[in-house]
Amino acid sequence: MFYRLIFAAFRIFFVCLSLALSLLATKAFAADDLKAMVNALGTASFAQAEELVNNLGKSGDPNVVPALEALSEGDLFVRKSDGQVFLTKRAGSKLELIDPLTGASAGEEAKSALSKVKVNNSLRRAIRAAIGGLTLMSPDRTVRLQAAQSILKAPSADSLEAVETALAAEQDAEIKGVLESARAVALLSSDRSLDDKKAAIEVIKERGGRDSISILMTAANSADEALRPDIDAAITSIENSLVFADAAQNVWYGLSLGSVLLLAAIGLAITFGVMGIINMAHGEMVMLGAYSTFVVQNIIRTSYPELFDWSLAIALPVAILVTGAVGLVIERGVIRFLYGRPLETLLATWGISLILQQAVRTIFGPTNQEVGNPSWMSGAFELGGLTITWNRMWIIVFSLSVFFALLFLLKRSAFGLQMRAVTQNRRMASSMGIRTPWVDAFTFALGSSIAGMAGVALSQIDNVSPNLGQSYIIDSFMVVVFGGVGNLWGTLVGAFTLGIVNKFLEPYAGAVLGKILVLVLIILFIQKRPRGLFALKGRAVEA
Amino acid sequence: MKLKSYVSGALLGAIMSTTAFHGAFAADDTIKVGILHSLSGTMAISETTLKDAMLMLIEEQNKKGGVLGKKLEAVVVDPASDWPLFAEKARELIEKDKVSAVFGCWTSVSRKSVLPVFEELDNILFYPVQYEGEESQRNVFYTGAAPNQQAIPAVDYLAENEGVERWVLAGTDYVYPRTTNKILEAYLISKGVKPEDIMINYTPFGHSDWQTIVSDIKKFGSSGKKTAVVSTINGDANVPFYKELGNQGIKAEDIPVVAFSVGEEELAGIDTKPLVGHLAAWNYFQSVDNDANAEFIKTWQAYTKNDKRVTNDPMEAHYIGFNMWIKAIEKAGTTDPDKVIDAMVGVSVPNLSGGYSSMLPNHHITKPVLIGEIQDDGQFDIVYETPGLVVGDEWSDYLPDSKDLISDWRMPMNCGNFNVAVGKCGGKGS
Repeated sequence: MFYRLIFAAFRIFFVCLSLALSLLATKAFAADDLKAMVNALGTASFAQAEELVNNLGKSGDPNVVPALEALSEGDLFVRKSDGQVFLTKRAGSKLELIDPLTGASAGEEAKSALSKVKVNNSLRRAIRAAIGGLTLMSPDRTVRLQAAQSILKAPSADSLEAVETALAAEQDAEIKGVLESARAVALLSSDRSLDDKKAAIEVIKERGGRDSISILMTAANSADEALRPDIDAAITSIENSLVFADAAQNVWYGLSLGSVLLLAAIGLAITFGVMGIINMAHGEMVMLGAYSTFVVQNIIRTSYPELFDWSLAIALPVAILVTGAVGLVIERGVIRFLYGRPLETLLATWGISLILQQAVRTIFGPTNQEVGNPSWMSGAFELGGLTITWNRMWIIVFSLSVFFALLFLLKRSAFGLQMRAVTQNRRMASSMGIRTPWVDAFTFALGSSIAGMAGVALSQIDNVSPNLGQSYIIDSFMVVVFGGVGNLWGTLVGAFTLGIVNKFLEPYAGAVLGKILVLVLIILFIQKRPRGLFALKGRAVEA
Repeated sequence: MKLKSYVSGALLGAIMSTTAFHGAFAADDTIKVGILHSLSGTMAISETTLKDAMLMLIEEQNKKGGVLGKKLEAVVVDPASDWPLFAEKARELIEKDKVSAVFGCWTSVSRKSVLPVFEELDNILFYPVQYEGEESQRNVFYTGAAPNQQAIPAVDYLAENEGVERWVLAGTDYVYPRTTNKILEAYLISKGVKPEDIMINYTPFGHSDWQTIVSDIKKFGSSGKKTAVVSTINGDANVPFYKELGNQGIKAEDIPVVAFSVGEEELAGIDTKPLVGHLAAWNYFQSVDNDANAEFIKTWQAYTKNDKRVTNDPMEAHYIGFNMWIKAIEKAGTTDPDKVIDAMVGVSVPNLSGGYSSMLPNHHITKPVLIGEIQDDGQFDIVYETPGLVVGDEWSDYLPDSKDLISDWRMPMNCGNFNVAVGKCGGKGS
């Protein structure tokens, strides 16, 4: 042990020494030096490792990129027996060793014979910058773009020359734009002339966006007094242009929250709004939908991993069938005996919700289940200063399509016609030959399966746990009552209104107070219009 | 008869989740241990694990022959995440089942609800979760971290190693985050952080729409100073929070988040790839590399028959508390709670992070503080460890109301809130 420590210390010393010497002599490094430096990573402290990474970055040799990437990903291991550092790949229970520089395979080793080279955030930052510098001239467009962006994130005067060389050779317009900004940022911290710097500030100002403010503020902390007014002016100008984007962002967040509310409430708009059942088990239908997604994903993960991106599309019909069936059983088994007795219905459905929760807890355990996001639902994209996350966007699209599909079903199909007939005048419908009990049962099943569809979508943004449904039940009732019982359009408008009002209040009032304010507003509104935004008119109201 | 009562008990338990089910074979010559953790309701997600951990510890102790020549017997009740029910169930455990000690509670409000019961009936509660401090009660042993054993070292780490100058204190709106953030705010300001560099944000329980807050954090972090988020966000709200961070592209290298309520168990429900590098501060991580911990993990996974089950910090707190209790019983030669309480102070047992933890006169314990970074396999890589053990400080030195208070349950002081400024027992708080 002791021997190894001395050995390691000696090696680090040797590396630093050789580094200093070679820096003096030429800027090129021999492969042996690189190898020694990579190996030194295995025993270095975080501070030493950062130094080594910076030096590896300065070596200018793109061969070290895989090793740096692996270090940042946590795939770099050191062999305990001889202190050699390797890239690794999982190969069954063992790890396959790969030479960090040449990429040649170096056999396999048991996990216990290796220890992971640890990495922390500041080291990751250093790695990002080093890789950025090394891959600026890469032939691959995406790699180059990434390199330019990482330079932009970690600007330093040292990288200025490299950026300028890259800029001169760059053809691609997008990368060129990023490089221009990166050059401007690096220039601000260099010792170039004031006029150059003023031009650089102008470039950053043109670029706009929240990041640019951050860059300029950093620069302001260390900049020359003469530059201050220019920087301040640039910041104010960017902030002014962001005011509109901020408002748009709030609207977007409101729409996104509204779409979640709409999804959760739309099934209730059928069971409560159309049928008049105070269905406290509605949230649990959402939960069952989410668990169906989990089960489907689990099967896909173990048996058909290549289908993972399709998992939600596969889970959707499964969830519809499962929750529809459960809804059918609940209606036939419990609710049909309780029509016209709202209090008993409330208690019975609440009991059902407890039973369902505990059943799921017993089967799947009380902990959260992992439901993954398919690749097309992860990440975000920029749209005119707005950051739009894919999962929120697809949920808005999804909830609107569910809404319109339902509307079509109700207004255009035979089943929808029967359903409306039964709710408007049960006895008349019955005497026209409609089997009202079955219409009731299928209407309830329809409401439940829509809740199940909501569960599939909500599994993407919320926890999949037995408590999932509880957090949506109150919101759902709120939306339906606010929008007007029995009116689907009311539910749509209600959900988006509540979402947007909530999101405009949140920045000023905070999330807690914002929610309370929304509730107070609804109570006041209901005093004024007890039947909600879009009250049903006609005979159904008296029934 | 016995079988019948067991079956009906199980049935009742399945239907009404609040029903207690007792061990089927009650006998008089056992020492009864109460387990007061929610098995249903919102807190079941965290507390069920602790119930299982306690059952395992008791089983292991019985394999070693129990204590004082008697076997231990667990009495499990389910307070169903319902705070007043905690007090009722605690009373039932002590009066009806005559337990010698109770291991239980998770949320501070549940602990506060049972405090009067334990005081009145003079029994022992072991409380295994990190909490806000500002409390010391004779009948309670706090085996989780006090704020100075978790929050303050974490902030120090960020300031020193990551150069953080701007702080977002984000929490769920209840007593633990509010008090912890008050302490942290006072601490940061005492360290020279300007008030405008601190942003405090509270959200309701189970908050799931984090878009506005995450974009606020992004905005707050774009002022050119290194920014970090200190998260006391509790329970289920964490998953959507981290998902939103990942989706909006906030990486740990840019704005790291250090969490006090996110452990291995919570991460089990998330895809942790976008979270690599975010931090958590605890007194124990499953990834701690030593023989005692390897043994503990092996026993736990064998007990739960699941080789993927993770261990976490509150489990270790119960492990320490349980072993301390056993040792104190052996020292006192009796299970009489009153005598065991007096024997507890000074007891020292091995913890799972490779050292010893001892019970202090203020009924808190000494423990190391570890900072871990989230890895893509849902485990933590330990990046920092305090050089020595940290002594639990029940009354924070950074709050004006409590800085003069100390607690010492040894004779002759025997006081949970001794005011050193006026030299009298009885200050603010209980």
